[in-house]
Amino acid sequence: MPNTQQLQDLTTQVRRDILRMVHKVNSGHPGGSLGCTEFFVALYQNIMDRKDTFEMDGIGEDLFFLSNGHISPVFYSVLARSGYFPVDELNTFRLINSRLQGHPTTHEGLPGVRVASGSLGQGFSVALGAAETKKLNKDSHLVYSLHGDGELQEGQNWEGIMYAAANKVDNIISTIDLNGQQIDGATDDVLPMGSLKAKFEAFGWTVVTIEKGNDIEAILKGMAEAKSLTGKGKPVCVLLETVMGNGVDFMMHTHAWHGKAPNDEQLAIGLAQNAETLGDY
Amino acid sequence: MKTYTNTGNKDTRSGFGAGLTELGKTNENVVALCADLIGSLKMDDFKANHPERFFQVGIAEANMIGLAAGMTIGGKIPFTGTFANFSTGRVYDQIRQSVAYSDKNVKICASHAGLTLGEDGATHQILEDIGLMKMLPGMTVINTCDYNQTKAATIAIAEHHGPVYLRFGRPKVANFTPENQTFEIGKAVQLTEGTDVTIVATGHLVWEALEASKTLHDKGISAEVINIHTIKPLDDKAILDSVAKTGCIVTAEEHNYLGGLGESVARVLAKHKPTPQEFVATEDTFGESGTPEQLMEKYGLNANAIIKAAETVLKRKY
Repeated sequence: MPNTQQLQDLTTQVRRDILRMVHKVNSGHPGGSLGCTEFFVALYQNIMDRKDTFEMDGIGEDLFFLSNGHISPVFYSVLARSGYFPVDELNTFRLINSRLQGHPTTHEGLPGVRVASGSLGQGFSVALGAAETKKLNKDSHLVYSLHGDGELQEGQNWEGIMYAAANKVDNIISTIDLNGQQIDGATDDVLPMGSLKAKFEAFGWTVVTIEKGNDIEAILKGMAEAKSLTGKGKPVCVLLETVMGNGVDFMMHTHAWHGKAPNDEQLAIGLAQNAETLGDY
Repeated sequence: MKTYTNTGNKDTRSGFGAGLTELGKTNENVVALCADLIGSLKMDDFKANHPERFFQVGIAEANMIGLAAGMTIGGKIPFTGTFANFSTGRVYDQIRQSVAYSDKNVKICASHAGLTLGEDGATHQILEDIGLMKMLPGMTVINTCDYNQTKAATIAIAEHHGPVYLRFGRPKVANFTPENQTFEIGKAVQLTEGTDVTIVATGHLVWEALEASKTLHDKGISAEVINIHTIKPLDDKAILDSVAKTGCIVTAEEHNYLGGLGESVARVLAKHKPTPQEFVATEDTFGESGTPEQLMEKYGLNANAIIKAAETVLKRKY
């Protein structure tokens, strides 16, 4: 299992991948991707028990579902650098005939993706369904999922959240990327959601908060705690407090880079702040 | 002409329930989900026999569709059950992204389709669902005609990999197709041979078409009746072979003429063999409260309407 320094190095490299991918096609979502980079790296490198080869059914391994599909750059980079497909293929992000669609899909057969996401609010239900099948199959592995905080404004989430507790789906760890931003501004300005911790707890979930959501050590510790709370009759939610655009100073603490690519000059600044570690694609 | 006997009116939804009961015994991967309509969908038996494979999701259809999509990961074959309106229009984007685009092996089973759910009125009577579902790439769309065929179709779709929309209804209608038939997805069933006019019907309008063909026969008109239980993929050949003989066609369905079977048939004919066609269908309208019989009469969806359409289309034949 990689040590913290190795995870840091990979994180820096993934940041470079994200910036270069969205810059090349002048589109995509760097802000949320950068904010979740540490989480993805920790999840795929250290936290999940997963097989080297991809099979859709994922029997006998942990599964991950990305509900907020627009942060596909970080998902694709980490999938490639975890061995699911060639790193070179990141060159094809959002291009015609690519398996790396703007939002993740199974349609082109990209290894590592188990459901399409992009239209928001559907991931809880899908992840819960996969968790139910794991129980039917007597497969003791876990299901992980990631959701945006703004995404929780979609009503379907709460149908799933209610279902999970009522049916004691306790083999799932759903993480909320709590960056406080969405396209039109701060979530507190667009549609304030109050305390998500109180809401999840009221819906019968166990909640773990990771205050330093961009700190690898804090993520590993928090997710280990979350894992220890599975199998106890309640679904587990992780509130991951992140900074949108983390690691690129001018992209941090703002919604401005939610869905906007850097220009040549901005790319150069961003890359200079994240020196190459494992080799660019 | 070949005649068919109604062995007694039965509801198609009970055919679905019976098929699901059978699947419960024969296929351990089949799971069932329902959004607070177990009795209406006739899923009680499956629930009682296989509680571990039955999921009551509450009044939350969007979550039900997503759960079903997720359950396929690991090899389950989910059958979702609710009314046709809540199976399609309410959850279109969930079906589109999590099921169809994601190529998930989900069977969306919809009861109370069309006007004949009756007194509940237009909020519950969807006449657009075939159109919604047939437009989704990769979606198979089936609308069965009676109890026996619905049971057979329910069993058959478990063996078909890919998303399926199975449409059936609430009222008791004629049961006339063979018990324990083999259901072949995408294969039309020719019921009578005729030379003057082709009548292709789907759902319980198939029985109405057979009734119409008897009256037409008495009037000296030879009608060829075809049961189109699968609207997508459509059996183009069966339609083209028939109109090659008859030269005109009537389509009959309990659905809006926009987006329904009739339009699918018209597409095939326009491309391969332009042919006069009359549509027995609702005409871009919502339904209303009433008994099924009253509604079928008012909206022109019965044997009389089919006879009239046949006579009209015959006059257009050249």
